[in-house]
Amino acid sequence: MIKTENNKAWFLVLPVFALVAFSAIIPLMTVVNYSVQDVFDAHTRYFVGTEWFTKMLNDPALQSALLKQFGFSFTILLIEVPLGIGIALLMPKRGWSASLCLVLVSLPLLIPLNVVGTIWQIFTRGDIGLMGWTLREMGVSYNISRNAVDAWATIILMDVWHWTPLIALLCYSGLRAIPEAYYQAARIDRASRWAVFRHIQLPKLTNVLIIGVLLRFMDSFMIYAEPFVLTGGGPGSSTTFLSQWLTTMAVGQFDLGPAAAFSLIYFLIILAVSWVFYTAIMNSQKEK
Amino acid sequence: MSWMVWTLPTAGFFSGIALILAGMTIWQHFSPSIERKGFLPLSTTRGDRLFIGLLTSAYIHLGFVGFTEFHVLVATGVSAIWMVVLMRWG
Repeated sequence: MIKTENNKAWFLVLPVFALVAFSAIIPLMTVVNYSVQDVFDAHTRYFVGTEWFTKMLNDPALQSALLKQFGFSFTILLIEVPLGIGIALLMPKRGWSASLCLVLVSLPLLIPLNVVGTIWQIFTRGDIGLMGWTLREMGVSYNISRNAVDAWATIILMDVWHWTPLIALLCYSGLRAIPEAYYQAARIDRASRWAVFRHIQLPKLTNVLIIGVLLRFMDSFMIYAEPFVLTGGGPGSSTTFLSQWLTTMAVGQFDLGPAAAFSLIYFLIILAVSWVFYTAIMNSQKEK
Repeated sequence: MSWMVWTLPTAGFFSGIALILAGMTIWQHFSPSIERKGFLPLSTTRGDRLFIGLLTSAYIHLGFVGFTEFHVLVATGVSAIWMVVLMRWG
């Protein structure tokens, strides 16, 4: 069947396109230009070709930061997704308790990133912080500025505290969208609680979960303010994630060329992962 | 424009991308692409294959530049062949 499509509506997208051109495309082009040059000032610059890319890809510090970044993102996804589903399943379905739960669960989402870092920085201090002090009194040696494992555990805990609510809220809305008839059919079949979850709730949650995982992956892959405030990247460089390396390079040392090359590599990784998720969402919708 | 510190290769690169996009738009207008399944594990339109091709080409370039001694144009050549294969049979 041949369908005639009117494509004139695309012209209505032009204003947004112009806006995106100035806010994203032109700056990105500039980054590409910087990545192949050694720029000192507006008049002193040298073309270096792909040298920065070779350097960045072979930099052991950046390679380990990249591995750490993937490790971090997968760890928090492994914790946040099951936990978020669990919280969504436990939340009351209607009445005043449902509203109260929604407000309580979404509270962490409303706190700015650097404030989250500050809250946890104080929370984990051994002298005045509730968690740090309690652990110290219990005889547990815990110090995020000396012990890399402690710092990692705290950052993961902080991220879980801050972002599990997002997954929980997405799943909650997904669960509310399941018609009551499905549950009635399950009751007639005397399906167990697990069977209801496995064959009704989880399949219906797939779409919101893919969006949730995509958002959490991208956000955690770009994480900056929270670990920066909490640990400053330390101890040593054990919690220095990619964005912090990038900022140090570009703003701190003013190495614009290497920083530009590195941001392009960073961008390509995020682009590839996002595309995979996007395709997964589109294909899962096509099958229905 | 001097703040964008243009160089000849990057200007050529972006002109190339712009030309490809314009060309694809005109091609699409005169002979609309039909979604089909090739050797890729998913069915794609012409534009999908172009995007996949460009993205993988970027990774091919990174791989060559980062981990081999070959000149960057070798990577460009490999990418061009890959692009043709992908557009035709992907």
